[in-house]
Amino acid sequence: MSTTTAPQPPQPVEVVTALPDPGIPPRRRRRTWLWLAYLVLVPGALLFVAPFAWLVSASFQRIGDMFSYPPQWIPQDPSLDGYRQFLGIGQEFAGGPQAWRWFLNSAFVATSVTVLQLFFNSLAAYVFAKRQFPGRDLIFALFLITMMIPGQITLIPNYLVLKHVPLFGGNDIFGQGGSGWLDSYYGLILPGAVSAFGIFLLRQYMVSIPDELLDAARIDGASELRIYARIVLPLCRPALAATGIFTFQGAWEDFFWPLIIVSSPDKYTAPLGLALFVVENRTQWDVLMAGSVIASLPMIVVFIIFQRQFIQGIAVSGLKG
Amino acid sequence: MTTATAPATTVGRHRHGLWWRVRRNGSAYGFLAVPLLLFMVFTVFALVFAFYLTFHEWSIIEPERPFVGLQNYSDMLADESYLRSIVNTFYFTGVSVPVTMAIGLLVALLLNLPLRGRGIIRTLYFLPVVTPFVVIAIVWKWLYNGDFGLFNYYLMQTGIIESPLLFLADPDLAMPSVIAMSIWSGVGFSMVIYLAALQAVPFQLYEAARVDGATRLQQLWHVTIPQLRPTTVFLLVIGIINSFQVFTQIFIMTSGGPVERTTTVVYFIYNAAFKFYEFGYASTLAFGLFALLFVFTLVQLHLYRKGEQ
Repeated sequence: MSTTTAPQPPQPVEVVTALPDPGIPPRRRRRTWLWLAYLVLVPGALLFVAPFAWLVSASFQRIGDMFSYPPQWIPQDPSLDGYRQFLGIGQEFAGGPQAWRWFLNSAFVATSVTVLQLFFNSLAAYVFAKRQFPGRDLIFALFLITMMIPGQITLIPNYLVLKHVPLFGGNDIFGQGGSGWLDSYYGLILPGAVSAFGIFLLRQYMVSIPDELLDAARIDGASELRIYARIVLPLCRPALAATGIFTFQGAWEDFFWPLIIVSSPDKYTAPLGLALFVVENRTQWDVLMAGSVIASLPMIVVFIIFQRQFIQGIAVSGLKG
Repeated sequence: MTTATAPATTVGRHRHGLWWRVRRNGSAYGFLAVPLLLFMVFTVFALVFAFYLTFHEWSIIEPERPFVGLQNYSDMLADESYLRSIVNTFYFTGVSVPVTMAIGLLVALLLNLPLRGRGIIRTLYFLPVVTPFVVIAIVWKWLYNGDFGLFNYYLMQTGIIESPLLFLADPDLAMPSVIAMSIWSGVGFSMVIYLAALQAVPFQLYEAARVDGATRLQQLWHVTIPQLRPTTVFLLVIGIINSFQVFTQIFIMTSGGPVERTTTVVYFIYNAAFKFYEFGYASTLAFGLFALLFVFTLVQLHLYRKGEQ
């Protein structure tokens, strides 16, 4: 959905932890530099962590304690009410927002978008990188040009296209009368199933695969599908991992597209549900804080596990959200 | 689609045969079919259709969708609210992008020193990048709260202010508050990109500079900063493109107010399209945004090339 662009080909990036020491000045001066660095970095890091610490702390407080002066950084009287109410656990909260559903929706949509994108992007990237046929460069150029275009332009037409998909959502065969793929998983997933930028990144990676390898496989009688599945894909594993994590993150936290096409609460994704919750029920901060923690956890866990691929992916693709 | 049974010796003979080519190309077109179809519908057709919409008065609730020529375009140029939203977007971009990059560069330079525990520090600065943006906006809305927000509490505790500030409701403070939150969420991204670029600077350059007697600060100014130039341009272009499209924090934190002071271009387009259902006019506004972005990117790339020579 996002068609923002990298205007220059991304350089291959290596995130090294050990680096050549740029200078060997006298020992004492060097130590001064390091102290200065800590003096800037550590308070800065605290500023970056404090909102998260407050978020987690607040999510375990009763709503009355959240407004207490001075603020409680460690809950005096910890409570799970925010979580229970948000997830609709327990008798007294049965009428709550039933938000567990939002997280299932987010997980389903983000997983589908990621799997489809990896599959379709890599198929197209392989063709653009390694196959010769009439029209190839023209089609590839078309993909590249459209990366320049901001997503807001295609938003309205895509909304109309989805609304008029025939025979879905109460539409007749001419796509009239109903809501089509609006407010459906199809509408949430399919427009994000291919990404020109993802194709571009994977193609750049695949170009470096030696042609001899593919020719050898062809001479051995391998079909194109087999070459793609057994040779090209395994060789691209690092690139696929990096773009896959990145795609998942983008789809998980996407807000704009669900906001536009989803209307019924049982199709809300987590970011959409939370955002509408804050806009509509301004006072239930305990519920909101609990929901925010739950919405952030999956990405933070993924980040901690795949930190290396994550940072490489972001450094290579140069994009966020 | 398959040549599974073709013995190796026949490959040469068929290399230029028509049938061979059709079969080979057939699989390539087959691979492309679905991605290309999706791309054609959701990008190419959408683009053409959006352009078509700009010449029509097209509302989803009205059955009549008359052709209006260039009316939408002239309306756009005379729409003071739209022009104000452009000014707001410039304000947002002009402050948030350079400051985010400068802080990101500073942190990257410091983290490039042989510090203990810099893996952890890097992770902490990067946390906002992996947190859903909606969550960040919600938490900051709370932090900014006038009655019980943490900012007001600590500012009053330390005696910097006497009475609570209405960060998001004060017309003069709303945009700076949104900008501060956006900087906070974007620093980690600039930092990672700069860090990767710093580690790619050839160390021979530093050796040569030292031989010439350059101090650390001179090395920074004459070696590091010029070497980071492509990265800086890259971050600048990406940063401008992204912040021209700022939406989520506006939607959640201020709803474009107070008195339209934080209404950005995309928020304005969103309202035109999905609040007032003026699809034709909203498409025109989107093309206006595209034109702005296009000009900006061209100017930047031109300046970059000029600077390189």
